[in-house]
Amino acid sequence: MATIEVDQLSKSFRGLVAVDHVSFAVNEGEIFGFLGPNGAGKTTTVRMLCTLTRPSAGTARVAGWDIIREPNQVRKAIGIIFQEPSLDDRLTARENLRFHAMIYKVPKEEAKIRIARALEWMELSSRGDDLVRNFSGGMKRRLEIARALLHTPQVLFLDEPTLGLDPQTRNRIWERLLALRAENRMTLFLTTHYMDEAEYCDRIAIIDYGRIIALGTPTELKARLQGDQVVLMTADNLRAAAEIRRRYGVEPALDRENLRFQVADGAQFVPRLVRELGVPILSVMVRPPTLDDVFLALTGREIRDEEASEREKLKSRLQRMGRVWR
Amino acid sequence: MIDSACIHMVWRRDVLRYFREKSQLYGSLTRPVLWLFILGLGLRGGYREVGTVNYTQFIFPGIIAMTSIFTSIQSAISIIWDREFGFLKEILVAPVPRTSIVIGKGLAGTTLSLIQGCIILLLAPLVRVKLALVNILPLILVMAVMSFALTGIGIVIAARMTSFQGFGTIMNFIIMPLWFLSGALYPLEGLPWWLALLVRINPLTYGVDMIRRLVLGFSFYSPGFNLAFLTGFSILTTMAAVYFFNRGEY
Repeated sequence: MATIEVDQLSKSFRGLVAVDHVSFAVNEGEIFGFLGPNGAGKTTTVRMLCTLTRPSAGTARVAGWDIIREPNQVRKAIGIIFQEPSLDDRLTARENLRFHAMIYKVPKEEAKIRIARALEWMELSSRGDDLVRNFSGGMKRRLEIARALLHTPQVLFLDEPTLGLDPQTRNRIWERLLALRAENRMTLFLTTHYMDEAEYCDRIAIIDYGRIIALGTPTELKARLQGDQVVLMTADNLRAAAEIRRRYGVEPALDRENLRFQVADGAQFVPRLVRELGVPILSVMVRPPTLDDVFLALTGREIRDEEASEREKLKSRLQRMGRVWR
Repeated sequence: MIDSACIHMVWRRDVLRYFREKSQLYGSLTRPVLWLFILGLGLRGGYREVGTVNYTQFIFPGIIAMTSIFTSIQSAISIIWDREFGFLKEILVAPVPRTSIVIGKGLAGTTLSLIQGCIILLLAPLVRVKLALVNILPLILVMAVMSFALTGIGIVIAARMTSFQGFGTIMNFIIMPLWFLSGALYPLEGLPWWLALLVRINPLTYGVDMIRRLVLGFSFYSPGFNLAFLTGFSILTTMAAVYFFNRGEY
């Protein structure tokens, strides 16, 4: 039986559809990722599965319990790492963990053992009695993961687990998560808009405008794009794009400095391109497709970069604050 | 509905934080001291005595009430901070009933308010108020019921407000009027009709009046009436707090 079964799950806010009849299943011990741009409905889906938001239609079962009829059973069976920090930073790491154990009714003696183990597991043992406000972003994240493990959940939900962290910290967190899965057969459900993070998943669902537009292993999804990606920088990208369109019948994508398009055999195509293109070429690169290319091919857009999404987050935060005044 | 582990945790966290951050404790003690000794002494000259009671003595019960109002509402308002800094989600997603969270928060506000209130009681000798020993326990009980009720108001505000930007607004539009209209600073006799009306519909009036009875030995209303009103008010705000907190989207 699947650990998470989602059936036609939908959510709309004042007529705005955030999640649109989404169905999928996650197997026990699997790392399942939701990949998509901000506002695609990832967080809303997680919130529904965690019983924080009530679905408008459809339902889901998590660890065998119905999210609408048996929310308390679901809550006991899951651990959550939210997108934004949810620690009390005026308390020490150990106090945060102790309060979590209390509210999840882990017996006192048992809690002591588990707290020590969780701190050690997340490489925080030496900082257990420090106030969380003095922690770095990566340490806070690790502490949140440690906390979510205290009540031994069957499913761990992670909403953008490494957002805003530096690559080294991200790798370290992933190393811990993979070890966790290997040892406990825990099921991991995560959302992300980082391509490299999606690569860690056993299977991913690509989500856009509240709908799953593709689902499979990262390898399967990339294999759908038959051929290679050509990344090209020229003296005049606009003119080069027009010429490529006319000459080879492909539609190149333009970003700040590059042209990008797909051809069946990159190694054979490049010499031809260099010979034929009327615009001076500054650089050319051929590479196998990434998940970003898959997303682009499916939607015609790229998953926005981190910088833009951070700005967006700030904007929505300011709007949220502004609501009080109006 | 009643989850003792959850109530305990919510309560314990607030109390722990209170004792850790001494600045809050000292800060909230300067206010009553200012009112009592600076304003109280300043106004004393122009005040006609009620029986044998001078002005500083007269407002002493009001200052105790003020401490309850500020401490308990501020304590409940911390829910807004918890929401803004994310910790609220951690509690809300746990397998616990929200009613228990409200009760834990209410008891925490009451506890902190009682601690602060008792510190003010210790100032009694300084304004030459003699507290009868038998009245201490009833006094603490009255303060507790009043604080619990006020924490309820704080929770309703916190549940309705989306950010702490509006804290000054709460201060000016709720806390200050509640206190000024409670008869803490002036006697209830001989007020203009509209003021008398506002004072009469303010539930705090009955708390202040009851405290005055226990501290100074006289009151405007009968103790039975005051107590009945306070208890009813407390039940009402708790129900409102549970209702609004349950309904809130987080």
